[in-house]
Amino acid sequence: MTTAGITSRAHPLWLAYILHRLSGLGLALFLPFHFWILALALTDPARLDGFLAFTEIGAVKLAEFGLVFLLAVHMFGGLRLMALEWLPWTPSQKTLAAGATALSFLIATLFLMQAV
Amino acid sequence: MTSQTLSVTIDRGAHGRDVFDVPAYESQTVLDVVSWVQQNADPTLSYRFACRVGMCGSCAMMVNGVPRWTCRTHVSKVVQDGAVQIGPLRNLPVVKDLVVDMDPFFDKWVGAEGVHHGALTRDDPIAAVDETSPARVEANAGIECINCSVCYAACDTVAGNPDYLGPAALQRAWTLLNDAKDEGRLAILDAVSGSGGCHNCHSMGSCTTYCPNELDPMSAIAGLKRETAKSFFRRGR
Repeated sequence: MTTAGITSRAHPLWLAYILHRLSGLGLALFLPFHFWILALALTDPARLDGFLAFTEIGAVKLAEFGLVFLLAVHMFGGLRLMALEWLPWTPSQKTLAAGATALSFLIATLFLMQAV
Repeated sequence: MTSQTLSVTIDRGAHGRDVFDVPAYESQTVLDVVSWVQQNADPTLSYRFACRVGMCGSCAMMVNGVPRWTCRTHVSKVVQDGAVQIGPLRNLPVVKDLVVDMDPFFDKWVGAEGVHHGALTRDDPIAAVDETSPARVEANAGIECINCSVCYAACDTVAGNPDYLGPAALQRAWTLLNDAKDEGRLAILDAVSGSGGCHNCHSMGSCTTYCPNELDPMSAIAGLKRETAKSFFRRGR
Protein backbone atom coordinates (compact mmCIF):
# COMPACT_ATOMS: atom_id res chain seq x y z
CA MET A 1 0.00 0.00 0.00
CA THR A 2 2.74 2.47 -0.95
CA THR A 3 0.58 5.08 -2.68
CA ALA A 4 -2.28 4.56 -0.25
CA GLY A 5 0.15 5.17 2.62
CA ILE A 6 0.78 8.64 1.27
CA THR A 7 -2.94 9.45 0.96
CA SER A 8 -3.55 9.41 4.69
CA ARG A 9 -0.72 11.93 5.24
CA ALA A 10 -1.89 14.49 2.68
CA HIS A 11 -3.13 17.08 5.19
CA PRO A 12 -1.62 20.40 6.33
CA LEU A 13 -0.67 19.34 9.88
CA TRP A 14 1.34 16.33 8.67
CA LEU A 15 2.97 18.33 5.87
CA ALA A 16 3.96 21.00 8.42
CA TYR A 17 5.47 18.22 10.55
CA ILE A 18 7.51 16.71 7.72
CA LEU A 19 8.69 20.14 6.53
CA HIS A 20 9.92 20.90 10.06
CA ARG A 21 11.59 17.50 10.38
CA LEU A 22 13.35 17.57 6.97
CA SER A 23 14.51 21.20 7.34
CA GLY A 24 15.85 20.28 10.80
CA LEU A 25 17.77 17.32 9.39
CA GLY A 26 19.13 19.50 6.58
CA LEU A 27 20.35 22.10 9.08
CA ALA A 28 21.83 19.45 11.37
CA LEU A 29 23.87 18.11 8.45
CA PHE A 30 24.97 21.58 7.34
CA LEU A 31 25.79 23.31 10.63
CA PRO A 32 28.90 21.27 11.65
CA PHE A 33 30.35 22.01 8.18
CA HIS A 34 29.39 25.68 8.56
CA PHE A 35 31.14 26.00 11.94
CA TRP A 36 34.20 24.19 10.64
CA ILE A 37 34.49 26.71 7.78
CA LEU A 38 34.10 29.60 10.23
CA ALA A 39 36.78 28.06 12.44
CA LEU A 40 39.20 28.32 9.50
CA ALA A 41 39.23 32.11 10.08
CA LEU A 42 41.35 31.35 13.16
CA THR A 43 43.27 28.25 12.07
CA ASP A 44 43.85 28.68 8.33
CA PRO A 45 42.74 32.06 6.87
CA ALA A 46 44.14 31.29 3.39
CA ARG A 47 41.93 28.20 3.13
CA LEU A 48 38.92 30.19 4.36
CA ASP A 49 39.45 32.69 1.52
CA GLY A 50 39.50 29.72 -0.87
CA PHE A 51 36.09 28.62 0.43
CA LEU A 52 34.72 32.16 0.33
CA ALA A 53 35.64 32.33 -3.37
CA PHE A 54 33.19 29.46 -3.90
CA THR A 55 30.33 31.71 -2.83
CA GLU A 56 30.69 33.63 -6.10
CA ILE A 57 29.55 30.57 -8.07
CA GLY A 58 25.88 30.61 -9.11
CA ALA A 59 25.15 27.10 -7.85
CA VAL A 60 26.55 27.93 -4.42
CA LYS A 61 24.46 31.12 -4.33
CA LEU A 62 21.40 28.97 -5.05
CA ALA A 63 22.42 26.58 -2.26
CA GLU A 64 22.69 29.56 0.10
CA PHE A 65 19.16 30.55 -0.84
CA GLY A 66 18.11 26.99 0.05
CA LEU A 67 19.89 27.30 3.38
CA VAL A 68 18.12 30.53 4.29
CA PHE A 69 14.86 28.86 3.25
CA LEU A 70 15.58 25.90 5.55
CA LEU A 71 16.37 28.26 8.43
CA ALA A 72 13.20 30.28 7.89
CA VAL A 73 11.00 27.22 7.52
CA HIS A 74 12.51 25.55 10.57
CA MET A 75 12.18 28.67 12.72
CA PHE A 76 8.53 29.23 11.80
CA GLY A 77 7.89 25.49 12.19
CA GLY A 78 9.33 25.61 15.70
CA LEU A 79 7.31 28.70 16.64
CA ARG A 80 4.20 27.01 15.25
CA LEU A 81 4.86 23.87 17.28
CA MET A 82 5.47 25.81 20.51
CA ALA A 83 2.30 27.84 20.01
CA LEU A 84 0.35 24.66 19.16
CA GLU A 85 1.49 22.72 22.21
CA TRP A 86 2.12 25.33 24.87
CA LEU A 87 -0.67 27.84 24.31
CA PRO A 88 -4.14 26.53 25.11
CA TRP A 89 -5.74 28.64 22.41
CA THR A 90 -8.96 27.92 20.57
CA PRO A 91 -8.68 27.07 16.85
CA SER A 92 -10.05 30.51 15.88
CA GLN A 93 -7.46 32.25 18.10
CA LYS A 94 -4.73 30.19 16.41
CA THR A 95 -6.06 31.12 12.97
CA LEU A 96 -6.05 34.81 13.97
CA ALA A 97 -2.48 34.55 15.31
CA ALA A 98 -1.29 32.79 12.14
CA GLY A 99 -3.05 35.41 10.01
CA ALA A 100 -1.45 38.26 11.98
CA THR A 101 1.99 36.64 11.63
CA ALA A 102 1.51 36.16 7.89
CA LEU A 103 0.34 39.77 7.47
CA SER A 104 3.26 41.23 9.44
CA PHE A 105 5.65 39.02 7.46
CA LEU A 106 4.12 40.29 4.22
CA ILE A 107 4.45 43.96 5.29
CA ALA A 108 8.05 43.36 6.47
CA THR A 109 8.87 41.77 3.10
CA LEU A 110 7.35 44.75 1.25
CA PHE A 111 9.55 47.15 3.26
CA LEU A 112 12.57 44.94 2.54
CA MET A 113 11.79 44.93 -1.20
CA GLN A 114 11.62 48.73 -1.17
CA ALA A 115 14.95 48.94 0.66
CA VAL A 116 16.71 46.65 -1.85
CA MET B 1 -20.83 7.14 -10.47
CA THR B 2 -19.00 6.50 -13.71
CA SER B 3 -19.60 2.74 -14.03
CA GLN B 4 -22.29 0.26 -13.04
CA THR B 5 -19.83 -1.96 -11.19
CA LEU B 6 -17.11 -1.14 -8.67
CA SER B 7 -13.72 -2.82 -8.69
CA VAL B 8 -13.18 -3.60 -5.01
CA THR B 9 -9.76 -4.75 -3.82
CA ILE B 10 -9.73 -6.31 -0.36
CA ASP B 11 -6.50 -6.96 1.58
CA ARG B 12 -6.65 -10.43 3.09
CA GLY B 13 -3.43 -10.57 5.09
CA ALA B 14 -1.25 -13.59 4.32
CA HIS B 15 -3.63 -14.59 1.47
CA GLY B 16 -2.76 -11.44 -0.45
CA ARG B 17 -5.49 -9.40 -2.13
CA ASP B 18 -8.73 -10.33 -3.84
CA VAL B 19 -10.48 -8.17 -6.41
CA PHE B 20 -14.29 -8.29 -6.60
CA ASP B 21 -16.71 -6.70 -9.07
CA VAL B 22 -19.51 -5.25 -6.97
CA PRO B 23 -22.71 -3.69 -8.39
CA ALA B 24 -22.79 0.05 -7.78
CA TYR B 25 -25.85 1.62 -6.15
CA GLU B 26 -26.76 5.12 -5.16
CA SER B 27 -26.09 6.05 -1.50
CA GLN B 28 -23.95 2.92 -1.13
CA THR B 29 -21.59 2.81 1.84
CA VAL B 30 -18.24 1.03 1.99
CA LEU B 31 -19.78 -1.32 4.58
CA ASP B 32 -22.56 -2.14 2.06
CA VAL B 33 -19.82 -3.10 -0.42
CA VAL B 34 -18.03 -5.36 2.07
CA SER B 35 -21.36 -6.96 3.06
CA TRP B 36 -22.24 -7.53 -0.61
CA VAL B 37 -18.94 -9.34 -1.16
CA GLN B 38 -19.46 -11.53 1.90
CA GLN B 39 -23.08 -12.36 1.04
CA ASN B 40 -22.73 -12.81 -2.73
CA ALA B 41 -19.13 -13.48 -3.72
CA ASP B 42 -17.07 -14.94 -0.88
CA PRO B 43 -18.75 -16.12 2.34
CA THR B 44 -15.33 -16.72 3.94
CA LEU B 45 -14.63 -12.97 4.09
CA SER B 46 -14.39 -11.86 7.71
CA TYR B 47 -15.20 -8.33 8.85
CA ARG B 48 -16.69 -6.65 11.89
CA PHE B 49 -19.69 -4.35 12.25
CA ALA B 50 -22.66 -3.85 14.55
CA CYS B 51 -24.80 -0.71 14.51
CA ARG B 52 -24.32 0.57 10.91
CA VAL B 53 -25.09 4.13 12.02
CA GLY B 54 -21.78 5.41 13.44
CA MET B 55 -22.45 4.73 17.09
CA CYS B 56 -20.60 1.51 17.97
CA GLY B 57 -17.16 2.08 16.45
CA SER B 58 -16.63 -1.51 15.28
CA CYS B 59 -16.56 -1.20 11.46
CA ALA B 60 -13.46 0.97 11.03
CA MET B 61 -11.17 -0.11 8.16
CA MET B 62 -8.57 1.39 5.87
CA VAL B 63 -10.35 2.72 2.77
CA ASN B 64 -7.93 3.78 0.01
CA GLY B 65 -5.26 4.05 2.71
CA VAL B 66 -7.31 6.26 5.05
CA PRO B 67 -8.89 4.94 8.28
CA ARG B 68 -12.66 5.42 8.21
CA TRP B 69 -15.93 4.21 9.66
CA THR B 70 -17.08 2.15 6.69
CA CYS B 71 -20.74 2.48 7.69
CA ARG B 72 -20.60 6.28 7.43
CA THR B 73 -18.43 6.47 4.32
CA HIS B 74 -20.29 6.73 1.03
CA VAL B 75 -18.55 4.95 -1.83
CA SER B 76 -19.11 8.03 -4.01
CA LYS B 77 -16.89 10.00 -1.62
CA VAL B 78 -13.86 7.70 -1.90
CA VAL B 79 -14.15 5.91 -5.28
CA GLN B 80 -11.27 6.56 -7.69
CA ASP B 81 -11.80 5.55 -11.34
CA GLY B 82 -14.46 3.06 -10.29
CA ALA B 83 -12.14 1.33 -7.82
CA VAL B 84 -11.91 1.13 -4.02
CA GLN B 85 -9.26 -0.54 -1.89
CA ILE B 86 -10.26 -1.83 1.54
CA GLY B 87 -7.93 -3.21 4.21
CA PRO B 88 -7.79 -3.93 7.94
CA LEU B 89 -7.03 -1.05 10.33
CA ARG B 90 -3.36 -0.11 10.49
CA ASN B 91 -1.22 -0.48 13.64
CA LEU B 92 -3.20 -3.44 15.03
CA PRO B 93 -2.58 -7.20 14.61
CA VAL B 94 -4.81 -8.74 11.93
CA VAL B 95 -6.94 -11.66 13.12
CA LYS B 96 -8.34 -12.46 9.67
CA ASP B 97 -9.11 -10.43 6.53
CA LEU B 98 -10.61 -7.13 7.75
CA VAL B 99 -10.80 -8.07 11.43
CA VAL B 100 -8.08 -6.74 13.74
CA ASP B 101 -7.28 -7.62 17.33
CA MET B 102 -8.33 -4.54 19.36
CA ASP B 103 -6.68 -5.77 22.58
CA PRO B 104 -3.53 -3.60 22.34
CA PHE B 105 -5.76 -0.56 21.78
CA PHE B 106 -7.92 -1.24 24.85
CA ASP B 107 -4.92 -2.29 26.98
CA LYS B 108 -3.40 1.13 26.33
CA TRP B 109 -6.70 2.78 27.29
CA VAL B 110 -6.21 1.21 30.74
CA GLY B 111 -2.45 1.85 30.61
CA ALA B 112 -3.12 5.59 30.31
CA GLU B 113 -5.26 5.35 33.49
CA GLY B 114 -8.37 5.73 31.36
CA VAL B 115 -10.46 4.36 34.22
CA HIS B 116 -12.62 6.10 36.81
CA HIS B 117 -10.80 7.11 39.98
CA GLY B 118 -13.63 7.76 42.39
CA ALA B 119 -13.34 9.07 45.95
CA LEU B 120 -16.99 9.25 46.97
CA THR B 121 -19.38 6.47 47.98
CA ARG B 122 -23.09 6.03 47.32
CA ASP B 123 -23.75 7.61 50.72
CA ASP B 124 -22.17 10.90 49.72
CA PRO B 125 -24.28 13.62 48.11
CA ILE B 126 -24.03 13.87 44.31
CA ALA B 127 -21.19 16.25 43.45
CA ALA B 128 -22.31 19.36 41.60
CA VAL B 129 -20.64 19.81 38.20
CA ASP B 130 -20.33 23.31 36.77
CA GLU B 131 -20.94 22.80 33.04
CA THR B 132 -19.43 26.19 32.24
CA SER B 133 -16.11 25.79 34.07
CA PRO B 134 -13.08 25.73 31.74
CA ALA B 135 -12.05 22.26 32.96
CA ARG B 136 -15.53 20.85 32.23
CA VAL B 137 -15.48 22.42 28.76
CA GLU B 138 -12.15 20.62 28.12
CA ALA B 139 -13.56 17.34 29.44
CA ASN B 140 -16.75 17.66 27.36
CA ALA B 141 -14.67 18.11 24.21
CA GLY B 142 -13.41 14.53 24.41
CA ILE B 143 -16.22 12.47 25.89
CA GLU B 144 -17.86 11.55 22.59
CA CYS B 145 -15.03 9.10 21.74
CA ILE B 146 -16.46 5.65 20.89
CA ASN B 147 -13.14 3.73 20.77
CA CYS B 148 -13.24 3.00 17.04
CA SER B 149 -9.42 3.19 16.77
CA VAL B 150 -9.47 5.35 13.63
CA CYS B 151 -7.04 7.83 15.28
CA TYR B 152 -4.83 4.96 16.45
CA ALA B 153 -4.66 3.60 12.89
CA ALA B 154 -3.94 7.06 11.49
CA CYS B 155 -1.03 7.77 13.86
CA ASP B 156 2.52 7.44 12.49
CA THR B 157 3.96 7.68 16.01
CA VAL B 158 2.05 4.51 16.98
CA ALA B 159 3.42 2.85 13.83
CA GLY B 160 6.97 3.77 14.85
CA ASN B 161 6.72 3.04 18.57
CA PRO B 162 4.53 0.07 19.62
CA ASP B 163 4.69 1.23 23.27
CA TYR B 164 3.13 4.63 22.52
CA LEU B 165 -0.27 4.87 24.21
CA GLY B 166 -1.82 6.56 21.18
CA PRO B 167 -4.30 9.40 20.66
CA ALA B 168 -7.50 7.79 21.96
CA ALA B 169 -6.09 6.61 25.30
CA LEU B 170 -4.30 9.91 25.89
CA GLN B 171 -7.41 11.90 25.06
CA ARG B 172 -9.30 9.81 27.60
CA ALA B 173 -6.61 10.58 30.19
CA TRP B 174 -6.95 14.31 29.41
CA THR B 175 -10.73 14.08 29.77
CA LEU B 176 -10.44 12.42 33.19
CA LEU B 177 -7.77 14.89 34.30
CA ASN B 178 -10.31 17.68 33.69
CA ASP B 179 -13.22 15.79 35.25
CA ALA B 180 -14.17 17.25 38.65
CA LYS B 181 -15.47 13.81 39.72
CA ASP B 182 -12.17 12.04 39.02
CA GLU B 183 -9.54 11.90 41.77
CA GLY B 184 -6.77 10.21 39.79
CA ARG B 185 -4.67 13.26 38.90
CA LEU B 186 -1.31 11.92 40.10
CA ALA B 187 -1.89 8.42 38.70
CA ILE B 188 -2.90 9.86 35.31
CA LEU B 189 0.04 12.28 35.10
CA ASP B 190 2.38 9.44 36.07
CA ALA B 191 0.90 7.10 33.44
CA VAL B 192 1.01 9.61 30.57
CA SER B 193 4.51 10.98 31.25
CA GLY B 194 6.32 7.63 30.93
CA SER B 195 8.26 6.27 27.96
CA GLY B 196 5.11 5.53 25.94
CA GLY B 197 3.36 8.71 27.07
CA CYS B 198 2.20 12.02 25.67
CA HIS B 199 5.69 13.40 24.99
CA ASN B 200 6.12 10.88 22.13
CA CYS B 201 3.53 12.81 20.13
CA HIS B 202 5.00 14.78 17.21
CA SER B 203 1.75 16.70 16.58
CA MET B 204 1.37 15.26 13.09
CA GLY B 205 -2.36 15.74 13.54
CA SER B 206 -3.63 12.69 11.64
CA CYS B 207 -5.73 11.75 14.69
CA THR B 208 -7.54 15.07 14.63
CA THR B 209 -7.81 15.09 10.83
CA TYR B 210 -9.43 11.64 10.59
CA CYS B 211 -11.52 11.42 13.80
CA PRO B 212 -15.03 10.63 12.44
CA ASN B 213 -16.55 12.32 15.51
CA GLU B 214 -14.53 15.47 14.83
CA LEU B 215 -12.77 15.26 18.18
CA ASP B 216 -9.31 16.77 18.67
CA PRO B 217 -6.96 14.24 20.32
CA MET B 218 -3.89 16.25 19.22
CA SER B 219 -4.94 19.25 21.33
CA ALA B 220 -5.84 16.93 24.23
CA ILE B 221 -2.32 15.46 24.09
CA ALA B 222 -0.91 19.00 23.98
CA GLY B 223 -2.88 19.65 27.18
CA LEU B 224 -1.26 16.61 28.79
CA LYS B 225 2.16 17.86 27.69
CA ARG B 226 1.50 21.17 29.46
CA GLU B 227 0.15 19.55 32.62
CA THR B 228 2.98 16.99 32.92
CA ALA B 229 5.55 19.76 32.36
CA LYS B 230 3.88 21.98 35.00
CA SER B 231 3.77 19.03 37.39
CA PHE B 232 7.48 18.36 36.74
CA PHE B 233 8.47 21.95 37.52
CA ARG B 234 6.30 21.98 40.63
CA ARG B 235 7.90 18.69 41.68
CA GLY B 236 4.83 16.53 41.39
CA ARG B 237 2.24 18.90 42.83
